Amino acid sequence: MTTSRRKFIKISALGLGGVAATTTALNLFGASSYLDELVRKNVAETFKRTATYCEVCFWKCAAWAYTNEKGEIKKIIGNDDDSHCYGRLCPRGTGGVGMYNDEDRLKTPLIRKTVNGEETFVEATWDEALDLIASKFKTIKETHGAESIALLKHGSPGKHLEHLLNAIGSDTIGEPAYAQCRGPRETGFKLTFGTWVGSPEPTDIRDTKCLVLIGSHIGENMHNSQVQEMSDAIDNGATIITVDPRFSTAASKSQHWLPIKPGTDIALMLAWMNVLIEENLYDKEYIEKYAIGFDELKDHVSTFTPEWAYSITTIKPEEIRRTARAMAYASPATIIHPGRHVVWYGDDTQRARAMAILNALLGSWGRRGGFYFKESLKLPSFPHPEYPKPKWTWKEVSAKYPLAEMGVTNEIIRASIPGENSEYPVKAWLVAGTNLTKAIPNKKLLEQAIESLDFMVVIDTMPMDVTGYADVVLPECTYLERYDEIRSATNREPSIAIRIPAVAPKYDSKPAWWIAKQIGERMGVGDQFAYDDYKEVLEYQLKELGTSFEELEQIGVKNYPRKSGPLYLNENELYSFTTSSGKIELYSQELKDLGFDPMPIFTKHPEPEQGYYRLNYGRAPMHTFSRTANNPNLNDLMDENNLWVNPKVARIIGLKTGQEVWLKNQDEVLSSFPIKVRITERTGFDAVYMVHGFGHQNKKLSRANGRGINDTELISKVAIDPIMGGTGMRGNFVTILTENPHKTI
Amino acid sequence: MRYAMVIDTLKCVGCSDCVVACQTENNVPIGYCRDWITEVVNGAYPNVELELKSERCNHCDTAPCVRCCPTGASHIVDGGIVLVTGNDCIGCGACIESCPYDARFQHPDGYVDKCTFCHHRLKDGQLPACVSVCPTKCMYFGDLDNPNSEVSQLLKNRKHKTLAPEAGTNPHVFYLI
Repeated sequence: MTTSRRKFIKISALGLGGVAATTTALNLFGASSYLDELVRKNVAETFKRTATYCEVCFWKCAAWAYTNEKGEIKKIIGNDDDSHCYGRLCPRGTGGVGMYNDEDRLKTPLIRKTVNGEETFVEATWDEALDLIASKFKTIKETHGAESIALLKHGSPGKHLEHLLNAIGSDTIGEPAYAQCRGPRETGFKLTFGTWVGSPEPTDIRDTKCLVLIGSHIGENMHNSQVQEMSDAIDNGATIITVDPRFSTAASKSQHWLPIKPGTDIALMLAWMNVLIEENLYDKEYIEKYAIGFDELKDHVSTFTPEWAYSITTIKPEEIRRTARAMAYASPATIIHPGRHVVWYGDDTQRARAMAILNALLGSWGRRGGFYFKESLKLPSFPHPEYPKPKWTWKEVSAKYPLAEMGVTNEIIRASIPGENSEYPVKAWLVAGTNLTKAIPNKKLLEQAIESLDFMVVIDTMPMDVTGYADVVLPECTYLERYDEIRSATNREPSIAIRIPAVAPKYDSKPAWWIAKQIGERMGVGDQFAYDDYKEVLEYQLKELGTSFEELEQIGVKNYPRKSGPLYLNENELYSFTTSSGKIELYSQELKDLGFDPMPIFTKHPEPEQGYYRLNYGRAPMHTFSRTANNPNLNDLMDENNLWVNPKVARIIGLKTGQEVWLKNQDEVLSSFPIKVRITERTGFDAVYMVHGFGHQNKKLSRANGRGINDTELISKVAIDPIMGGTGMRGNFVTILTENPHKTI
Repeated sequence: MRYAMVIDTLKCVGCSDCVVACQTENNVPIGYCRDWITEVVNGAYPNVELELKSERCNHCDTAPCVRCCPTGASHIVDGGIVLVTGNDCIGCGACIESCPYDARFQHPDGYVDKCTFCHHRLKDGQLPACVSVCPTKCMYFGDLDNPNSEVSQLLKNRKHKTLAPEAGTNPHVFYLI
């Protein structure tokens, strides 16, 4: 009784619905009492710590994994010398131990077979699985060319498989992290400043005086050092301006929250430019010295007054002026944050351009408290024979989008459907560390592509939904059980971090470097993998860098002094930007020449019809995409997502908090599972919101299966960015069903 | 020596890192927690306020849990920290009912469990696990008897509150507001 009451309080306090979860109380650690605790203090001294960097998200914070005498991983603590985490991991990093302990992990290789007329996965040995993969890949290589084998990847395993693909002669590589996430901002900022934003973003938040977040919800996304620096900025009295239709955590920390009408951000930014220029608040000296196209921009925004923007954005003209003045007052220590997941409406590169232009007008690029000049260390590559030159690569597959900077996953998917791209047909997929069914919108197209493939291999640590489509599933061990490439961080100062296995791989799982080598050897390119253990690669690289494996084993992270010059612009020197003009391009001739708008314009996007609500989605601090939903520690903090509904909307439909509802989108797509309603004033009247990454189909995910809704399955309408191929996903509308539409009579 | 915790609600983002860090540090079984996050929303859209904060045992001066414990398992040690001696606890649950903060729970091993301010770490000169891990650095810990300590200074200079002051427990977790 007491237990469930606590559980209830914890959950309702988090606003995650009212029904107590039925997690069995697992006593993983045996008996303990406070008397034992005194003993444990001594035990603690015998902990062994192993250097690693986190793989629960892409921030890759350096950390120490603590193992006890029994060889169990007990806790993971941030590395004090690391600029990604400053010794403090986020909940996911701290809970990374759950990734290792998860008893639902993939345990052996699996091969799809037909048994008694039914398709099923059969457990296999590594030799069986690897031989099958090599023979299938060889056939495809001989018939269609190695280029027809594509790699779709995310995170550390991707690097090793990229090497494998390049070794066999393919560069048909894509990752949802580009066209389904941050691609538009990389292209938009490169067009303006000549350089990607990159990761971690070179935002000088710790010294900023004004931080502007446009739909970016720092604090709910736990991009660790940014969260920490935002907290410092709050301490320093910085002004925070948040533009978001939802009252995000960041909005609650802001002096100015602009609850904008969804889809109208560019109008607001054009009006901000108008105010900065009309009121002479922009950085004239900076613009004169470093930028081109100011006159065209001035002319372009002259009619985009705050009054004009008011009718579009619902943000009052005086609030637009006030916030523009606040940004100017703090400039150049003002950051218009580029955001991260920025594929919203299909004009996302242009929205990123608007952000970049605002930063230019405020003189914040290359200034303290704005954006610093990042630097990283180039890693020496382990010697290997030259890669064969592919006849075509991701570039040709993505050619429809002239400014795509990386493989456009959706185009690789399209090229997998016969007749869609006959020149560059894709026949096999190697999928590593990315759960496509929760990353790629338009499930119908995705399934059509998978259906058309000759062969599909999925490498993961968990039986994620995407594994269900594979011909062969390979169990990768977790980051705590493997070596990986050196993390070379792009930051204020360059640094490297090492990942060393804290324990041996559990079950029959293997590291991705080993998998890549095994497939490579079987395909006759063993000379590309001239090492028995990846440790040899690390030893070679670290020696080349003037340090050693032994040193990194002791310190985990090594910071280096900058070599590329000062962190900020030296005002007395001429600085050449890496754009074609050598200047910041407010007006983009490159875009103009390609037939796109040289300066951002506002385009009206579709709005929900009566009875439908825009489907917005975002992050929760304790989860990374869909990959952590089953992690016992993190699932304990949040075991399902909820549908955020405004009380007025709830009253109209007659909803109660905790009630289960189903969703149907504008294309009649139904949610697979129900979701519990959370009635809250934190969301507006025309949109509903849910945390991304729930609603798992696979029953093998015992904690995550059937809990909540997968927002991605309701995104069937995609607005593609014509500049770089990003899939805009914020233009889908749902209606709320209180009866189970799947119930058969 | 009087230990106290000060938590800045203006910085807390409610990420729950304090909860996981406590669980892994103190072997708290999954499904239970010694600290937790609360979220309070006031106002109506778009005039909304949000308060996020990390809660736990308040290590009260006049602790009802200690007063009602029939075996003396619940007791106060140096520095004002309220502890439970697991081996002396009969699991009667009186303390759980008496706590105005709902900070105690029945451990599956039969005794009552709760936050210890990471007593075992303090002896090593380390901060409680939750404080040491918090990514927003919104949690402070120290000695209220020392007027120059960070916690004393924060309480001197910043507006703050305690939870359920009407219960008369004289709690030692403070919230900056």
